[in-house]
Amino acid sequence: MAQYLALTYTADVDWWAPEQADELAEYRKFGVDFADSIKASAVLHPTQTATVVRVEGARGGKVVTTDGPYAETKEALTGYYLIEAENLDEAVAIAAQIPAAWGGAVEVRPVIAAK
Amino acid sequence: MSGYDAVAETIRVEGTRILATLIRTVGDVQLAEDAVQEATLAALGAWPVTGVPPEPRAWLTVTARRKAIDLIRRERARVGKERDSVELLELSQPEDVDLLRLVFTCCHPTLSPASRIALALRTLCGLSPTQIAGVLLTTEAATEKRLTRARQKIAAARIPYRVPAETELPDRIPAVCGVIHTLYTAGHAPVEGRQAYDVDACAEAIRLAELLHELLPEQPMPTAVLALLLLTEARRPARLDDNGEVVTLDCQDRSRWDADAIARGIALLNDSLLRSNQQADPYQLQAAIAAEHARAARYADTDWPEIVRLYDLLVSIAPSPAASLSRAVAVAEAADTTAALKLLDEVPVSPRWHAVRAEFLAREHRYTEAAAELGQALNAQSTDAERHYRERRREHFLSLASTATEATEPRH
Repeated sequence: MAQYLALTYTADVDWWAPEQADELAEYRKFGVDFADSIKASAVLHPTQTATVVRVEGARGGKVVTTDGPYAETKEALTGYYLIEAENLDEAVAIAAQIPAAWGGAVEVRPVIAAK
Repeated sequence: MSGYDAVAETIRVEGTRILATLIRTVGDVQLAEDAVQEATLAALGAWPVTGVPPEPRAWLTVTARRKAIDLIRRERARVGKERDSVELLELSQPEDVDLLRLVFTCCHPTLSPASRIALALRTLCGLSPTQIAGVLLTTEAATEKRLTRARQKIAAARIPYRVPAETELPDRIPAVCGVIHTLYTAGHAPVEGRQAYDVDACAEAIRLAELLHELLPEQPMPTAVLALLLLTEARRPARLDDNGEVVTLDCQDRSRWDADAIARGIALLNDSLLRSNQQADPYQLQAAIAAEHARAARYADTDWPEIVRLYDLLVSIAPSPAASLSRAVAVAEAADTTAALKLLDEVPVSPRWHAVRAEFLAREHRYTEAAAELGQALNAQSTDAERHYRERRREHFLSLASTATEATEPRH
């Protein structure tokens, strides 16, 4: 088995807003349907809550923070699933069931196995 | 044959099969390639001394498998732990199935179209990165990079080495057909080089098309691809004369066409059309065009209006500069050169575009302009045979131009 990180890119929404309730329910359904394959998952607060952290020079240097996401894009990173699958075909089949796949896009990245 | 020649010959002819078998048994493209490389080196060391073994391919396959096991052991020792259970399966399955698996892996939809083609050319056809760069009109360095990235993705993301399930086939087949067709085209019309066609790439493409059709006989698209390749290949012997010079369609000795291949191609095309209930696909249309040419006993018998109709359909469902250019040629034959010249204005300029425009202009007795167009065509890369042909045409048009000028100039 291999692990894949499925990153969901969608409109930059506040998942707790009442109008997101229906969509959030779809995500919950996906979570239940594929509980065996999902090893971890998270939904993220909107990008306006993000902070980018950089350290000047080298380790121990001055910590510089900036408000907002690392990259401004039309579709934002709004959550992830850590998926276990036999191969990429299986991982793609699972990712295609995440609501973000039709409301935005899902980026599937293979995870380097721990030695 | 010397030991060295035997190694080279076995790798050239059987290399793809050996590699395909190895990839199945070790489940890793890079490892399999390394193992085949080491087996080749071993053969280069052994065969000149011991003589060529009775079954060179079997020798290389078994040796490559041993080398693969060595490589896995070395790797395990290096990382200090057991790798994921790499089981070396017995060589029990027919090798053609290995090849088909390899085809579907190289043509996996999660790889970019350009990567699929590069990978197929490298892995299935054994073309060098330089040759692939020539086919794909890019650089050797860019090709190497593309291949490395594709292999890394296959390994890291675990693109499975398998033939897709029945239900997935409609989504997976077009990519495979695209690669086979591109492969044939690459062999049939390389951009430069001494030979006008590379026999091995064409034969390899036809073999893959046969294989795909044999394994998926009810799928109309692979059937149409095989029909198209056979109908094109059937006319190949007449494309060059005994001196290696290009012979255009109107001057070809049609008795040199392969009648059996034409009959089979037409039968396959009909079968493919019967099996598809929707709009014709691009391969069916191209095969139908090839069939129209093949059916005509003489050039004068060609049904140009029908060919124009088929090109119109082709351009509407699968637009490409090559299809538009060929449509213009068909229009010139079916109707008039004025209409054809007008159509050319909408087609992107290429060496072949200049050569085609030259012929159109010559029909309108505009010989000076025609010669200038061929000059443009001659500025680009081409095969030697193509170059000779264009040079001959250019000289012909220049001489016609001077005769025409003499005729119209007032005499004193």
